[in-house]
Amino acid sequence: MAIVERDIRTSEDAPRVNYLNNGYGLKSWLLTKDHKRIAVLYIISISIFFALGGLFASLVRFELMTPEGDLMSSDTYNKVFSMHGIIMVFFFLVPSIPATIGNFLVPIMVGAKDLAFPRVNLLSWYVYVVAGILGTIAVVGGGVDTGWTFYTPYSSTYSNSNVILTAMAAFLAGFSSILTGLNFVVTIHTMRAPGMTWFRLPLFVWSHYATSLIMLLGTPVIAITLVLLMLERGFGFGFFDPNLGGDPVLFQHLFWFYSHPAVYIMILPSMGVMSEMVACVARKRVFGYEFVAFSSVAIAILGFLVWGHHMFVSSQSTYAGMVFSVITFLVAVPSAIKTFNWTATLYKGSIVFDTPMFYVYGYLGLFLVGGLTGLFLSSMGLDIHLHDTYFVVAHFHYIMVGGQVMGYLGGMHFWWPKITGKMYPDIWGRVSALLVFLGFNLTFFPQFILGYMGMPRRYHVYPDEFQVLNVASSLGASILALGYLIPGAYLTWSIFKGPKAPDNPWGAKGLEWETTSPPPTFNFDETPLVTEEAYQYGPIEEH
Amino acid sequence: MADHAAHRDHPHGLAHQFEDMPQQKESAVIGMWSFLITEILFFGGFFATYLIYRSYYPYAFFEGSSHLDILLGGINTAVLIVSSLTMAMAVHESHSGNKKRIMVYLILTGILGLTFLVIKYFEYSSKVEHGLVPGLVWHPHGEYSPQLALFFSLYFGMTGMHALHMVVGIGLLTWVFVKTAQGTYTAEYNAPIEIFGLYWHFVDIVWIFLFPLLYLLGTQGGH
Amino acid sequence: MQTDFPLFPDSASSFAFHVDALYFGILALCVFFALLVVILVVVFAIKYQRKSDDEVPRQIAGHLGLEIFWTAIPLVLALGVFVWATVVYFHLITPPANAMEMYVVGKQWMWKLQHPEGKKEINELHVPLGEAVRLTMTSEDVLHSFYIPAFRVKKDVVPGRYTNLWFKATQVGSYHLFCAEFCGTEHSRMIGTVHVLEPQDYEAWLTGGTANEPMEVAGERLFEQYACHTCHKMDGSGRGPSLAGLFGKTVALEGGGTALINEAYIRESILNPAAKVMAGYKPIMPTFKGQISEEGIIQLIAYIKSLKAPELTNLE
Repeated sequence: MAIVERDIRTSEDAPRVNYLNNGYGLKSWLLTKDHKRIAVLYIISISIFFALGGLFASLVRFELMTPEGDLMSSDTYNKVFSMHGIIMVFFFLVPSIPATIGNFLVPIMVGAKDLAFPRVNLLSWYVYVVAGILGTIAVVGGGVDTGWTFYTPYSSTYSNSNVILTAMAAFLAGFSSILTGLNFVVTIHTMRAPGMTWFRLPLFVWSHYATSLIMLLGTPVIAITLVLLMLERGFGFGFFDPNLGGDPVLFQHLFWFYSHPAVYIMILPSMGVMSEMVACVARKRVFGYEFVAFSSVAIAILGFLVWGHHMFVSSQSTYAGMVFSVITFLVAVPSAIKTFNWTATLYKGSIVFDTPMFYVYGYLGLFLVGGLTGLFLSSMGLDIHLHDTYFVVAHFHYIMVGGQVMGYLGGMHFWWPKITGKMYPDIWGRVSALLVFLGFNLTFFPQFILGYMGMPRRYHVYPDEFQVLNVASSLGASILALGYLIPGAYLTWSIFKGPKAPDNPWGAKGLEWETTSPPPTFNFDETPLVTEEAYQYGPIEEH
Repeated sequence: MADHAAHRDHPHGLAHQFEDMPQQKESAVIGMWSFLITEILFFGGFFATYLIYRSYYPYAFFEGSSHLDILLGGINTAVLIVSSLTMAMAVHESHSGNKKRIMVYLILTGILGLTFLVIKYFEYSSKVEHGLVPGLVWHPHGEYSPQLALFFSLYFGMTGMHALHMVVGIGLLTWVFVKTAQGTYTAEYNAPIEIFGLYWHFVDIVWIFLFPLLYLLGTQGGH
Repeated sequence: MQTDFPLFPDSASSFAFHVDALYFGILALCVFFALLVVILVVVFAIKYQRKSDDEVPRQIAGHLGLEIFWTAIPLVLALGVFVWATVVYFHLITPPANAMEMYVVGKQWMWKLQHPEGKKEINELHVPLGEAVRLTMTSEDVLHSFYIPAFRVKKDVVPGRYTNLWFKATQVGSYHLFCAEFCGTEHSRMIGTVHVLEPQDYEAWLTGGTANEPMEVAGERLFEQYACHTCHKMDGSGRGPSLAGLFGKTVALEGGGTALINEAYIRESILNPAAKVMAGYKPIMPTFKGQISEEGIIQLIAYIKSLKAPELTNLE
């Protein structure tokens, strides 16, 4: 069914020029404008921060194995959990899928040679690196102890840690993500190949479009919020200082205006990854394509109207709280639509038990729990009790780690042959997916119970009766860590020793599978002409 | 990388990732508009903060506003409006690729931009003299509202951020000017001038909002 | 009271039942949907396992009816839960009129509490069984959050403003009091204990130990110490309004608008007198910012609350 008319030389030819071997040396990488090379640069840099954030997470879990604060001082503990949060959110989760897999795939999926602004793309990586270096200096130079939320007036006046430097780092990381989002929006608007209409776009592209909208509209607000915070702390300008008439609660409004949509930056891309993988795993068109596509946009839009659900106990007005609560319940609907459509895609599919399938199933399980527990927190009467407890911690880890990190790892396994041109041992992929799934549940499920029992988050020492569940959580974390370390090992191994990957190892549909593994520098030898729908594994029947 | 594109029929100024000039220009314009939307939200955070505190403390804001120099602010407003005109003329000339005229209008725009910054400098130094910089030099004369500092925090935050955008704008203008002088832009390829013009107009418009909110508030004679 | 390995918190307030019912209600809903999806995908995986490498299943584009079905059902359920949760919430934030008043000041890293009779406590709160208690809270420095898990109540304690929280304890015992909003180094040690006592035990506790003067008496002393009474004369002849019977009223303001005289209004009027001036008076009152502590302000408020309107006998 050669409906995509193109002339790609078969890979039996002599070693082809691809994006990896058309130039060697550090300079060819550091000055590259190729979106695929920049994606690889991002993969390397976010992996470093993932490891660093993971290290801090391990320290937190070690400390919490006993109720007494016996491993480190309270001051150190506060810095450790703050830096875990800041590094994971701003330096890993936000760029995780968009800047790596998205950077690699969005131009290929729309049939373009590159993103619209390759130099801006490279600039975004450099800004990210500078942000990362500033963040690292802040960590090495004593750390920061405000939590990733930087609540005033603690952060602006009382904290004795490197708040300005860290806020600057987060500000720059945000700037980098604005540049990425801008590039995606323009590319998706203007660079689609002939025949690639909006409704033929892979759902991965739709979810990245929605993500980019949030990056463009939300990130500037966190930027200005951090600027206000830095001015207040640095110069004594009193934007949020109650002594000057400032309102500390206003900071929370501004902060969550970005940071709630930002959690959709940390989940929408993984939903896109899942849509691609579900279709391939079941070898079937995604059920209800338009509904899945529009649910991404609906999440992006509604996501901007719910920030006040972080503030039900903050003394915001009761009626504002009600509006935020009801819209939060509405956000649950598009997420439910996606889940049901993925389930329906599997119905009467042709399901294969390989690594991508294991990740899809793991993701579904964890995202279900993460999404459903959001209902508890959007309920005002219940959130009073659950706010700022381990219930919240468990909920957002299920979304961000169970969701986004699972999506990131799943996507890396799915497109690894395309990115590197090498295959990894499938059995190890399945083992790692299973370990991550089990370890994750053992780590975070007990935290739901802890939260309902009333254990507040960010506690260094805690009452004895919480210990058993905390120990269980820490044990789970060690399994989880193993699950994350194994792929690092066998994926690295595959780069050097892995068998050569075919162009389309999974038998998947999509332009990225029509080009070679790894793709040539300009992705396609000739601009593709698209004449079929997305995921057209066979003739499509309307129901 | 160039060898790929070289053997094609390749128009001047077309980047390798684009198919043709219209696609490139459309991308540049959509890109700049998207960027300006992020800028609107960035300043939007400032404006929201301003509006909330002004509704909390109308007296303090009235009092703060009457400390500002309307004459200097008004001159600066005029300077920026004229600079928008000269910038628009530069963009207009770029459509015919008249290198000399583009350069003249760009120079005029740059001079007006610098004038704005010089006047702003004098305004700032008079605020320092009068001890009206919260946190740094804060000793206003006589009785003053407890939230006066909040007004001046916002004044310096907002006008400072605007001035920073002006500085960036003048830097970009210099770059566009050099490129024009080198003859990079033609009647067909002039997107950089056009999108820089969008940026310049945006920065002017921000000031058009800042001027009444900060300066003219004090002329209303309170309530 | 506590076993070594509890999985559920104590339920010791009149809210606990409602909040727990809501919790289990949503839990049942979640378990249903989670099991539904999990069972379906597992069954699909087994039943539709790929038989041969070139197998191509039928491609079903979608089904509008199904989409509407599974959009509408979650929507209706979600809105139902919203209504239920909001009803519980209003119950949680609406104290009965006859609630006992107590006062809380949070600071890094301790809770200072005071009973209307004047008794002060640190990191401990004694309350009588079965009586509604309303707390008025503020912070001296950063954000804190007052949290009693066994009562299912929590509220942020914010510098520069008053927040309120109420509960009615239904079980005698000692319960955790936590600070739930991160407030710095010793955040996890900003904890305390709430003791629920039988009413007679509470009375005994209240009268035992060192006697403190009641809050309104302390407030009256401050009222004179700061010379408030020179302007705020009780008969209304001073340069400021008489405060007798003023609390709880809505008054017209100079320059238009009205204000409800509540704790927040009094606090603002002490710290920033020019902000909301009562109609008919001039903004001549000086600020007391920095001269009077948060606890002092609370005592003044207790005093002003205790001032009853003058008897209207000699109206002619």
